[in-house]
Amino acid sequence: MPTTNVGADDPPWVDGNALAGPLGEIMGTDLTVAELTCAGCRMTRPLAAMRVFDRAPGLVARCPGCEDVVMRLVRTADRALVDLRGSLVVSIPVPIT
Amino acid sequence: MAVITRGFGGRRRDDADLPPGQYRTDDFPVLSAGPTPRIGLDEWELAVVTETGERSTWSWAEFTALPADEPTVDIHCVTRWSKFGTSWRGVSVDTLLADVDTAAEYVVAHSYGGYTTNIPLEGLLDGQAWVAYEFDGAPLAPVHGGPARLLVPHLYFWKSAKWLRALELRLDDEPGFWETAGYHNDGDPWREQRYLED
Repeated sequence: MPTTNVGADDPPWVDGNALAGPLGEIMGTDLTVAELTCAGCRMTRPLAAMRVFDRAPGLVARCPGCEDVVMRLVRTADRALVDLRGSLVVSIPVPIT
Repeated sequence: MAVITRGFGGRRRDDADLPPGQYRTDDFPVLSAGPTPRIGLDEWELAVVTETGERSTWSWAEFTALPADEPTVDIHCVTRWSKFGTSWRGVSVDTLLADVDTAAEYVVAHSYGGYTTNIPLEGLLDGQAWVAYEFDGAPLAPVHGGPARLLVPHLYFWKSAKWLRALELRLDDEPGFWETAGYHNDGDPWREQRYLED
């Protein structure tokens, strides 16, 4: 079940599942099952566990531990930019061969 | 100094006053790329740092004792809403830089919470920008950037950094949070400079 703080006295965030649609559209795969290692605190968590601030000029995913930015996704008129400088490693499950 | 934007002062505002691609709202939407920093006024400090590393700093009491303006300006968000006739109280960037010796051409605004945005220095001078601490006659709410935010109404509102902590004067340009993620380096709403390719 998605988590969110909508309704709290703070800017709303939703969980990383909110990235499933936009990332899937761009990458053609479900990246919410990927794991990101935060460049700030070095904790590794599923992308779905990140906090996504979606009421902004882009989607901003932050580490729930240290609040550093782990991913930014911006749609321009004809491009999608995925900024991952806040993630040391992106680990993506693949089918066992 | 009071700043009255064009069209303000009796004439009914209409879509002709909107930059291209914008719609009018009477709300004040809250957009945020992260949690709201909570900064106590006793620990708040504003700094201007020159390209040689010289720092000028103001405590809250020092900052709010500076001469203040009450600009009334239109604001334009890159997410396409515009709000007419917003009323602020703040210190002009001209005042903050009056005694600062610099050859810088660029500024990076730094926020509590880590946000940054870059603006050419000339875009902040001559009554074009303020560090605002009141909105509509009340202290600026934290969700809108309080205790104090940059106010640069002639650019898209992402350039008006909330929770301002420092203005860094630089000889070279250093793109900020959104400028490195696909948004335009300059952000002029009248030229519709939204994205990097615009």
